[in-house]
Amino acid sequence: MPYQLVWLIFLLPFFSFAIISLFFRPFLNHKPKLGGYITIASLTASLGLSVWALMEVMAAPGHELPIPDINWVIIEGGITIHLGLMVDSLTAVMLIVVSLVSLMVQIYSQGYMAGDPGYHRYFAFMSLFTGSMLALVLADNLLFMYVFWEMVGLCSYLLIGFWFHRPAAANAAKKAFIVTRLGDFGFLAAILLLFFNTGTFDIAELHSLAITGALAGTTLTWAAIGIFSGAVGKSAQFPLHTWLPDAMEGPTPVSALIHAATMVAAGVFLVARCYPLFSHSVEALTTVAVIGGFTAIFAATMGLVMTDIKRVLAYSTISQLGYMMLGLGTGGIAIGIFHLFNHAFFKALLFLGAGSVNHATGTFDIREMGGLRKFMPWTYATFVIASLSIVGIWPLSGFWSKEEILASSLGSQPILFYLAMLTVFMTAFYMFRVVFLTFGGKYRGGGSEAHGKPHESPSVMVMPMVVLAVLAVVSGFWNVTGGFGQFLGHGETHSFAQGFFGILTHPLPWLSLILAGLGILLAYAIYSVKWLSAERIGSMFKPLYTLFYRKYWFDELYENVFVGKALVGGLFAGLQVFDTYGVDGAVNGVASATVAGGRAIRKAHTGQLQLYGLFIGIGILAIILCLYFFG
Amino acid sequence: MDFNYLTTIIFLPLAGAIIVAFVPNLHHKVIKWISAIFTFVPLALSIYLFAIFDRSVGAIQFEEKLSWIPTINAHYHLGVDGLSLPLVILMTFLGFLVVLISWKIDLRPREYFAWLLLLETSILGVFCSLDLLLFFLFWEIEVIPMYFLISIWGTGRKEYSAIKYVVYTLFGSAMMLAGILSLYFATGSLSMVDIAQTGLATFTAVIPVAAIFFLLLTGFAIKLPVFPLHTWLPDAHTDAPTAVSVVLAGALLKMGGYGMIRLCVTIFPQVAQQYAPLLVAFAIVSVLYGAAVTLRQTDLKRLIAYSSISHMGYVLLGIFALGQVSLVGATLQMFSHGIITGLLFAMVGLVMHNAGERDLRKLGGLVRQMPIIAVVFSIAGLGALGLPTTSGFAAEFLVFVGSFTSTVVSGIQVYTILGVLGIVITAGYILWMLQRVFYGPVLEKFNGVKDADILERVYMFAFVAVIMLVGIYPAILTDVIKTGIMPIMGLLGA
Repeated sequence: MPYQLVWLIFLLPFFSFAIISLFFRPFLNHKPKLGGYITIASLTASLGLSVWALMEVMAAPGHELPIPDINWVIIEGGITIHLGLMVDSLTAVMLIVVSLVSLMVQIYSQGYMAGDPGYHRYFAFMSLFTGSMLALVLADNLLFMYVFWEMVGLCSYLLIGFWFHRPAAANAAKKAFIVTRLGDFGFLAAILLLFFNTGTFDIAELHSLAITGALAGTTLTWAAIGIFSGAVGKSAQFPLHTWLPDAMEGPTPVSALIHAATMVAAGVFLVARCYPLFSHSVEALTTVAVIGGFTAIFAATMGLVMTDIKRVLAYSTISQLGYMMLGLGTGGIAIGIFHLFNHAFFKALLFLGAGSVNHATGTFDIREMGGLRKFMPWTYATFVIASLSIVGIWPLSGFWSKEEILASSLGSQPILFYLAMLTVFMTAFYMFRVVFLTFGGKYRGGGSEAHGKPHESPSVMVMPMVVLAVLAVVSGFWNVTGGFGQFLGHGETHSFAQGFFGILTHPLPWLSLILAGLGILLAYAIYSVKWLSAERIGSMFKPLYTLFYRKYWFDELYENVFVGKALVGGLFAGLQVFDTYGVDGAVNGVASATVAGGRAIRKAHTGQLQLYGLFIGIGILAIILCLYFFG
Repeated sequence: MDFNYLTTIIFLPLAGAIIVAFVPNLHHKVIKWISAIFTFVPLALSIYLFAIFDRSVGAIQFEEKLSWIPTINAHYHLGVDGLSLPLVILMTFLGFLVVLISWKIDLRPREYFAWLLLLETSILGVFCSLDLLLFFLFWEIEVIPMYFLISIWGTGRKEYSAIKYVVYTLFGSAMMLAGILSLYFATGSLSMVDIAQTGLATFTAVIPVAAIFFLLLTGFAIKLPVFPLHTWLPDAHTDAPTAVSVVLAGALLKMGGYGMIRLCVTIFPQVAQQYAPLLVAFAIVSVLYGAAVTLRQTDLKRLIAYSSISHMGYVLLGIFALGQVSLVGATLQMFSHGIITGLLFAMVGLVMHNAGERDLRKLGGLVRQMPIIAVVFSIAGLGALGLPTTSGFAAEFLVFVGSFTSTVVSGIQVYTILGVLGIVITAGYILWMLQRVFYGPVLEKFNGVKDADILERVYMFAFVAVIMLVGIYPAILTDVIKTGIMPIMGLLGA
């Protein structure tokens, strides 16, 4: 098949978006299922093509497919922009992740969103998102990438605010867009800086310029930092992390797809895509590692105390994205992307599980759940598998990728390694706190919208969860012998030992397994058998608990102090006053002065010709005198 | 040249205005149809010109030249190049659509449409004139219909706003006239082309060349507008009737930007280079200051009006970065802003007309009652905040790239980065506005409020189609614009 078919991978979802919004929604609004079907059909085709592309890339020399460009804007002697696709191993892996998770989420949504009045709108946006996300990973130049980077941000905005009649959702959507745009500002500035210095947007060319050293020094560092700031915004890394927990206001399948598996991982992808720019600047790479490592533990602490199941998962996502950044900063593309690859499946599964639980109980508050193991065996089983995977229990997928990140950080950033180890413990604790509170014990009645006894979700929702659960087990096997690392081109593997059992011959995996086990045990002790009282512990660490629960007061700092008081309420309000009374006041002042002057002068216009004649005479005299003296 | 395309395009609306004004006993409907036809034909013709425009040369095309007042060497001289053609299309496009937007006008429709059509003729004349006197004449004529349209069909403090507009504009044109006369007395010519080609070096002017530059620039800066000469704009926009706001924001402001490129940069390349750092600084102040003040507005229409100040700051930045890409970007930004803000004002008009409310603190939840208006309003808003795939992104990006890489102003990179910061604030006020108008709980007081009707959907679709077309494939315009910019680069010695 010709390689141009790769274009279809992202164009197909765009077609489905166009068909739904132009035909189905206006004319077939009474047949809501149609929108879902066409989305699923187009994504199945995209997935098929993605698999084909992966096969081709594996077979191709240098793991890259050549695809012809299209001209976009050309200004002779100024700027030349082509649109093109870049299909290498990194792209191929991302294509699989995005199209597969998206397909599963769309199938699940058929059940979860059933009966929602915005059904067509939902699938239209989901198609648009998937298409943009696929285009983002395919783009071969930074500008084209930025275009779709903004488009996925738009879809995120639209889908967080899907239930726009709820003020919380509308606020969260706006917050997500503006906070990520703050990061995008850095990304755009970096694009301008790179173009100024190199005259190109092409990623492959930038790679070779960085590798040959033509692009180096402070320029390279600043460009890399700028690009990273875009990644910080999208991937909700500290200090731009505040939008992601609020983004949970969107429908749960949206959280699964956009705010767990794919879009938030775009930041990690961006760093990986521009990796040569980072790897040739020590400062930039260290920044990535430090921000990532810090975010991992910072977010985990907040995850410890949240009572909303989706918010726990949101902080867990931020924390895991931090791990990926740490992996990129200390190891290499393969390390970070391998965790992204595994994380996409088990985190999407966790969110779908949360949605399934919500479907049954009408709440997201884990304090109102409990005992769901009996009622929802499939949800329970898949959720536990995903939890074990994220915690990093051998031999599930999370184990393999987390192990590599720990090993590579031990090598280059020992402090971050200890933080990451501590995070392993926290991850285990908060995940199993959720598991025990949700599925263990007795049913505590659910939310106000709950109807009778909880029940297992319909098979259309369970089936995608089972598929993802299988992946959460096996996806890590790709790199048991370093296959993933080799495919991504550099053969990095930082585990100290290899092989399915062989890896256990080194103490490091044992150390992390013990920490994870302790975390699970502590959660078991507190929330399942209640050897320890949660309240007692909470009051023992009251200040710390408050600090975590109030999210370190970052929301207050940003929204009230920085934006509310300093900018909008302070500076901007001052400028508004200045505009009304200063600038416009001056204009009106000039006008009033003129009018007043006119009034004064009017007195001179007496209508008496003698007086006018006198003035004319004085004027002529003055002119003659002037000519006489100066002429 | 067999057929005088430009004369036809310019004066057809005037012919329509004369018919509407002087043929007695015309029914309302007939007046509207006549206006629609007499604006649609220029639109069709200008698109035809766009299609046959020779993109391989950087020359003035479709030229018409007749001797007009031989004693002062004034000519009736028309022509378009890559710089003015997009603006001509912009005006004919808006000219036709504002007739549709005004379809519900019932107050004195005969006069209303006559003034509206005269307005179109005068703006088209400004974009097509190559003779300074003719240019000035068209520039002045525009004030008259504007005054009546705002003061009769406007809202709020309409008389104040109309007078303010007139006085401000006349103040600017007085400066401009002084500038044009100085040029004429120095060179003995009124032809923009000739003066630009020979340059001013060989002439001695009564006043320094830089002074002539600033006389002209002041007139254009008021129109654009540039901080601190902007305060007429929020008042005029806010109090004008919807269709007039659309023309005002869409096409009229562009006379300022066009004049700066056509006269200030082309005739005074050296002076422009000398003072570029100052003007770039003013551009950035306009961008950031405009955006900051916009964020404080609580009146829907006033908010959109203020946003223009910020967006036109990008035009000024692109012009006085004096780079090839930046000038193309500035021209594209003028076109793009015309369409996007035109649509925004049209949507504001619909919301105000249908919901009877314009205070952002009292609006809310309207997406239930007016889903189509909400979607189109959002698309226009996203265009204004520079979302990729809309024309706003293509234009702003070219301005940024062009300014960042410009070699004329040292340290322009810092200015550009500050300008880029403006897009964050823009996102803030646009999304805040959309949320205030459309999202949140559905309000009972708006029950029964109507969505867009068929005619309104038609013109909305036309706007959206242009925004997306230029956004997805900007080369459709940049290929034309760059032929107009290339000769200017030659004059700048770059």
